Amino acid sequence: MKLFEYEAKEILKKYGVKVPKSVLVKKGEDPIEKMKQAGLEPPVVVKSQVLVAGRGKAGGIKMAKTWDDVKRLVDELFDKPIKGIKPRLLLIEEAIPHEVELYVGMVIDRSERKPVILASKYGGMDIEEIAREKPESIIRVHVDPFIGLKGYQARLIGKKIGLTGKALSNFAKFLTALYNMFMDYDGELAESNPLALVGDEVIPLDARLIVDDNALYRHPELAKEILEESGEYTEWEIKARKKGLAFVELDGDIGIIGNGAGLTMTTMDLVYEFGGKPANFLDIGGGASAELVKTAVSFLVEFPKTKKIFMNIFGGITRCDEVAKGIVKALEELGKLEKPLVVRLAGTNEEEGREILKKHGIEAFVDPIEAVKRLMEL
Amino acid sequence: MAILLDEKTKVIVQGITGREGSFHTKLMLDYGTKIVAGVTPGKGGQEVHGVPVYDTMEEAVKEHPDATASIIFVPARFAADAVYEAVDAGMKLVVVITEHIPVHESLKFINYAKQKGTTVIGPNCPGLISPGKAKLGIMPGHVFKEGPIGIISRSGTLTYEIGYALSKQGMGQSTVIGIGGDPVIGTSFTEAMELFEKDPETEALVLVGEIGGDMEERAAQMIKEGRFTKPVVAFIAGRTAPPGKRMGHAGAIIMMGTGTYQGKVKALEEAGVKVAKTPFEIPELLRQALKK
Repeated sequence: MKLFEYEAKEILKKYGVKVPKSVLVKKGEDPIEKMKQAGLEPPVVVKSQVLVAGRGKAGGIKMAKTWDDVKRLVDELFDKPIKGIKPRLLLIEEAIPHEVELYVGMVIDRSERKPVILASKYGGMDIEEIAREKPESIIRVHVDPFIGLKGYQARLIGKKIGLTGKALSNFAKFLTALYNMFMDYDGELAESNPLALVGDEVIPLDARLIVDDNALYRHPELAKEILEESGEYTEWEIKARKKGLAFVELDGDIGIIGNGAGLTMTTMDLVYEFGGKPANFLDIGGGASAELVKTAVSFLVEFPKTKKIFMNIFGGITRCDEVAKGIVKALEELGKLEKPLVVRLAGTNEEEGREILKKHGIEAFVDPIEAVKRLMEL
Repeated sequence: MAILLDEKTKVIVQGITGREGSFHTKLMLDYGTKIVAGVTPGKGGQEVHGVPVYDTMEEAVKEHPDATASIIFVPARFAADAVYEAVDAGMKLVVVITEHIPVHESLKFINYAKQKGTTVIGPNCPGLISPGKAKLGIMPGHVFKEGPIGIISRSGTLTYEIGYALSKQGMGQSTVIGIGGDPVIGTSFTEAMELFEKDPETEALVLVGEIGGDMEERAAQMIKEGRFTKPVVAFIAGRTAPPGKRMGHAGAIIMMGTGTYQGKVKALEEAGVKVAKTPFEIPELLRQALKK
């Protein structure tokens, strides 16, 4: 789960990090009033609280030099969708004059199976861009998860991105705080970019934290009740989640259902190989019940992007007869399928499954290639 | 021969009294796997399909000192604890079926197991099978046949599909390992490949990868450097998956520009590996690779 900038900064404060003074504004609130209460004056930076990357470039961060600017920009940013998502909150933050912007972030290195810290003296652009433009500037240091980040490692990183003297020890302190937050909060990513150098001090102008969804049970205070607000999912992805379906929306028009993530992705690829464009990814998982199959089929029939539906099932733990029963249930509930459905059934109980479908006038293929060809003819 | 698992391997099932644990214990026993004990805290003294249940791994190992492998069906919140218990009880091989374990937990128990010399397969995996000998996992046994092809896969169902296609064409398998769909897993492609390289029964290898991470690229590097010398055919799922979206598996995500389909295919092809466009081309590509 991605946290908003203001949330990540709140957490960083708990680790003793000095963050810019700020107020958080909801739509309809008077920003001037809130700023005055907090003792905040222009110049300030008004920042759209959305979770998509590249917010600055998309026009979600604006400098306000006067009180009038603040009023105008607050109205403007609330109405401005950033990559399709309008913010619910704006962060108004004191402007921090600075000349040097650094990058620091950390993720889990999947192959080394260790946290890895990435740092560069060229902050302000995103890490992909730094990797393209200034790859030699990126410092990578792995951390032993049992021992944790040692002070010397933090200083070494600081030294390598050009810091000396008091700035070096301030950087090391900040990095340690960021690392501790990353570990304590089950981070998939923790990042500050840009991290501003102001005299001897380092100040995070932005902060990001992505928490492992599988670990949210350990951080109940973070669990967002309203998926809509997370900004991570589309309308139909949210609907699917509420029905317990593993669904990802794509750009095409062919509905895809598979069992198992790998097979479902492969089914998308297969459709593409034969000239079609998948509208979604929908994995019914292993050992799906007829009820779940019914929900999945009905969902894709309702999903407006789909013109036809392809279901590819290889029964291992999943039983083909159970899948067939689910399709029939969907058919009975919907009256008739408004969109053509092509089914491929193979594996455990495949004959029984095909027999059930045949009785209800649905043709089921054994060979997936034949099935895709038929799908493309429709 | 096979790798990691054969008909003589003595197995303990952790979480044997749960719904999944008990169900798959039955299927593994039917396949011929030598399951000697089960462990569920608080359920010691019971039996599951004739297998004695203990409260702790320590007791299970004391009564069955020849056990060397365990398989874990414990819920995600308690799974890490079960892995430490298995490692500390001296297991050489631990298969973690459980999905949704926090990645920071996996990170730690995998590093710990490595230090103690234990091989971990998974988490979030279907396990492994040495056809005709034993299975330590949840895959349907009947789709696999004994033979000379090794399979290493990041996927479950897709592996069954590929195994089935190979078996139908008379190309049986030495050992099939589902290494798991999580970002951090105990045994990577290259680590499993080292074992297959040494196995005289394995004549060729199928790698079933997917988008996300760089395991496929590392496998390609290993082949390029001549550290894996048997013929390899690969398939990568997720050609049409968009960046930044998680495709079912926690590990199947293109992040920070790495883990793309194109990158993986390029690396593998540069190492001389034939990459199948669909899983159904694999048997034919294997046949060609074996002829050379």
